[in-house]
Amino acid sequence: MTLSGDPLVRLAGLEISVRDAQGQDKIIVRDISLEVQPGEVLALIGESGSGKTTIALSMLGYTRGACRISGGTVEVAGHRLDGLPEARLRGLRGRVVSYVAQSAAAAFNPMLPIMRQVIEPALVHGLMTREVAEDKARGLFRALALPRPDTVGDRYPHQVSGGQLQRLMAAMALITDPALVIFDEPTTALDVTTQIEVLKAFKAVVRDLGTTAVYVSHDLAVVAQIADRICVLRDGMVQEQGRVEEILFLPRQDYTRALVAAAAARVPAAPMPDLPRDAGDPPLIQMRDVVAGYGGVDAQGNPQVRILGGVSFAIERGKVLGVIGESGSGKSTLARVVAGLHAPASGRVNLDGYTLEGEIRHRDKEQLRRIQLVFQNADTALNPAVSVGEAIGRPLTFFHALRGTDRKAEVVRLLDLVRLPAALAGRLPGELSGGQKQRVNLARALAARPDLLLCDEVTSALDPVVAEAVLDLLIDLRRELGLAYMFITHDIGIVRAIADEVMVLYGGVPVELASHEALEGPLHHPYTRLLMASVPELRPGWLEAANSAFSCGSSAGAGHAAGCRFFQRCAISRPGLCDVLDPAVHVGAGQTIACHLGFDGLQAAPRIAQGAIPA
Amino acid sequence: MIAKRVGGALLTLFLLSLVVFAMSLLMGGDAAEAMLGQNATPEALAGLRAAMHLDQPSWQRYLAWLGGLLRGDLGVSLITKLPVSTLLAPRLLASLQLAGLTAAVSVPLALFLGILAAVRRGSLLDRAISMATIGVVSVPEFVIATLMVLIFAVRLHWLPALSSSRDFSSLHDVVRVFTMPVLCLACVVMAQMIRMTRAAVCDALDSSYVEAARLKGVPPRRLVLGHALPNAIGPIVNAVALSLSVLLGGVIVIEVIFNYPGVARLMVDAVSTRDLPLIQTVAMIFSAAYLMLVTSADIVAILCNPRLRHR
Ligand SMILES: Nc1ncnc2c1ncn2[C@@H]1O[C@H](COP(=O)(O)OP(=O)(O)O)[C@@H](O)[C@H]1O
Ligand code: SF4
Ligand SMILES: [Mg+2]
Repeated sequence: MTLSGDPLVRLAGLEISVRDAQGQDKIIVRDISLEVQPGEVLALIGESGSGKTTIALSMLGYTRGACRISGGTVEVAGHRLDGLPEARLRGLRGRVVSYVAQSAAAAFNPMLPIMRQVIEPALVHGLMTREVAEDKARGLFRALALPRPDTVGDRYPHQVSGGQLQRLMAAMALITDPALVIFDEPTTALDVTTQIEVLKAFKAVVRDLGTTAVYVSHDLAVVAQIADRICVLRDGMVQEQGRVEEILFLPRQDYTRALVAAAAARVPAAPMPDLPRDAGDPPLIQMRDVVAGYGGVDAQGNPQVRILGGVSFAIERGKVLGVIGESGSGKSTLARVVAGLHAPASGRVNLDGYTLEGEIRHRDKEQLRRIQLVFQNADTALNPAVSVGEAIGRPLTFFHALRGTDRKAEVVRLLDLVRLPAALAGRLPGELSGGQKQRVNLARALAARPDLLLCDEVTSALDPVVAEAVLDLLIDLRRELGLAYMFITHDIGIVRAIADEVMVLYGGVPVELASHEALEGPLHHPYTRLLMASVPELRPGWLEAANSAFSCGSSAGAGHAAGCRFFQRCAISRPGLCDVLDPAVHVGAGQTIACHLGFDGLQAAPRIAQGAIPA
Repeated sequence: MIAKRVGGALLTLFLLSLVVFAMSLLMGGDAAEAMLGQNATPEALAGLRAAMHLDQPSWQRYLAWLGGLLRGDLGVSLITKLPVSTLLAPRLLASLQLAGLTAAVSVPLALFLGILAAVRRGSLLDRAISMATIGVVSVPEFVIATLMVLIFAVRLHWLPALSSSRDFSSLHDVVRVFTMPVLCLACVVMAQMIRMTRAAVCDALDSSYVEAARLKGVPPRRLVLGHALPNAIGPIVNAVALSLSVLLGGVIVIEVIFNYPGVARLMVDAVSTRDLPLIQTVAMIFSAAYLMLVTSADIVAILCNPRLRHR
């Protein structure tokens, strides 16, 4: 990148305000000044609501809803966009600047075939004929490593996966050879193993085409792979700007430091000492061969749609089982089975050695009290019309018959436990921040004084710095209260930090069960390897170095009648064996792996894998 | 999926035929008695009952009636002794003319106004349209009809108050006969269609894919017609079908008010004379028409939606 010459994008003193229902103007983005040089990739990073999208959209001369540019200037490729009439802007959008939205699944029109939408920018701007545009689109599909590039355009959006849609949207943005492409959190909604494929594809086209880009993200590690410079935003203002290395290694602002710290690999929590127990005591919770799904159950006890197939594990008192897997792998169903919200088709769940009823209404109050579920989305879990104090107080009355001042005192104690001020008791959920809501959600579960807390993606919806704090709280609580957790997440980093034992789910089947130590060891199921290798690291150049460990590219479906569910994605599979027989379970030190290769085979595998990885 | 819808509709129609038959059993009393009057001799009554198969168990009579319906034999009117089909044919044609003309006027106009209101959301025009639709919805059709008669027939003498004429020798005659009934019915059915169309198009216009299309530089007309409208088709055809089925009910009131010689008036007459075969047939025709509308709306919505089409 050259610093000489004119920048392609120049924002100077940009201010954007929104008019609320009372007609008052509120400034949401203020005094933004930044430049992007031709050929450069600038990342906008910050937590949700920090104004990233608003600023990015202003580079298309676009503001959402009741927002408007109320000050400063926006210049892109020599055009002043602020104040430009809509008709002139229309001529620039999609031709000079184009946009890749956060959720391609929502940004593609579900009614129209993909190809029509991809070539639409070229056609509405009259840049090329339909045939030329379609040829060019197929070329871009190929460059973006999309499977079946010649026919994928004939499909409808619902017929391709999220990761593919995101790449198709990039093709749509690139079809007109725009001067500037804006990527707005293009991989946030994807699984890590898919994200790495999409990132690689993006990086390759941006490099090959010499595209200038603005890349919006909340994930510093992702940004480190793709950007040349980073602009850190907070509350609608620029905190700090600099080259990637400067921001990562020499952050000047406190906020940037917190961001970098949250993104850096966590230091694992000190393991919990085993609680005293008699040798013969059963584990706190134990699941045996649980099969669960939807639809009717046939004679063999198999449901029509199988979500979980034969899951077994045990959690001792005060221990943490981490459950990881991609979206749709059955993690939440697992938690719901334990909680009694989803009756298993077969298999059993034992609490202290006693088998629990499948359905919650058949369980007794004491059993209900001992197992509490904390949901992913605190927004929907809390009734917006019920105050914080009441939400926490209800389980106190229900389980412990607390009323009046006793109940009030206990609510205050619980709020204190989750590090919230007592004054919050009178507030409604709508008045709280995301992190506060999740803490209230937690306090409500703790009110029952449970032995086991089922945490389903409790930090996923939170911004990194806030998520970090909630996670620290969970670790502390466990130490203070001796709680056991089943901690469900798609983030292997979190599991490493908090879990005593880890279960990796793929397609509803546990492919690996590993102790904390074994997880740090070298031998893993190919899918676990892929997961670990896909988590972006906080250093530039990681993406180039990362090979698709043990995976042969495209994320095919996991729907397999027999054999290993990972077969289609596994680079070291043994056709004729793996796709025919269910994998045997191999037990090692602190670790079980369900793979035909066994420990010895896997140890020998990396060498085999090298040759098997496609470009 | 489509086969399922059609099957469902046929099943519903079958169940309805049971209901219609059962209702006519309940309200019919004894048709033979009704025909012969109070002071008929028991022998005459018994003879007539046998002749009319009224002495058979009701399930046999139901099967005979259903079989007749399926073969196109609609039975004979008890009052006029004419075959029901002969009575019905001209009336049905007249009603279809009225309904068809109303649909032809109201559907395109309603869609146009609904889309216009959605595109110009919040403008004076949008507010005027929504005020007008709310106004019309809250006034029953007989009030509208009466007002129209008062204004156009009684005050201005532009149109006749009754539309019973079947003389369509010139366009002028056609306009004179149809203007008021069609306008009245259109008012009633359009309001709902406009509101639903506006809501569906507004929803689509607020979506991410329309924003994405706007950010591609797609011009407004194409944005609405090419991107928003295909997504609104499902709700719109359903609204159209529901509104047109409201038309079926509206036709009764309007035909009576304007003395228009259609099926609905035949039905009203049949009820007042307890002419069972006629009532049954008309009831079945109304039910079938309603089911056909709703089912075809479902089918159109399925065909237009690739997520449902490619399964
Ligand atoms: N249409 C809108 N109306 C009102 N407030 C808005 C609107 N769009 C964004 N905002 C506010 O502007 C701020 C920045 O939002 P956004 O740019 O979407 O942030 P980010 O992309 O970083 O998550 C937030 O506080 C958000 O609530
Ligand atoms: S069983 Fe075969 S396909 Fe499955 S993970 Fe092991 S080697 Fe790969
Ligand atoms: Mg955003």
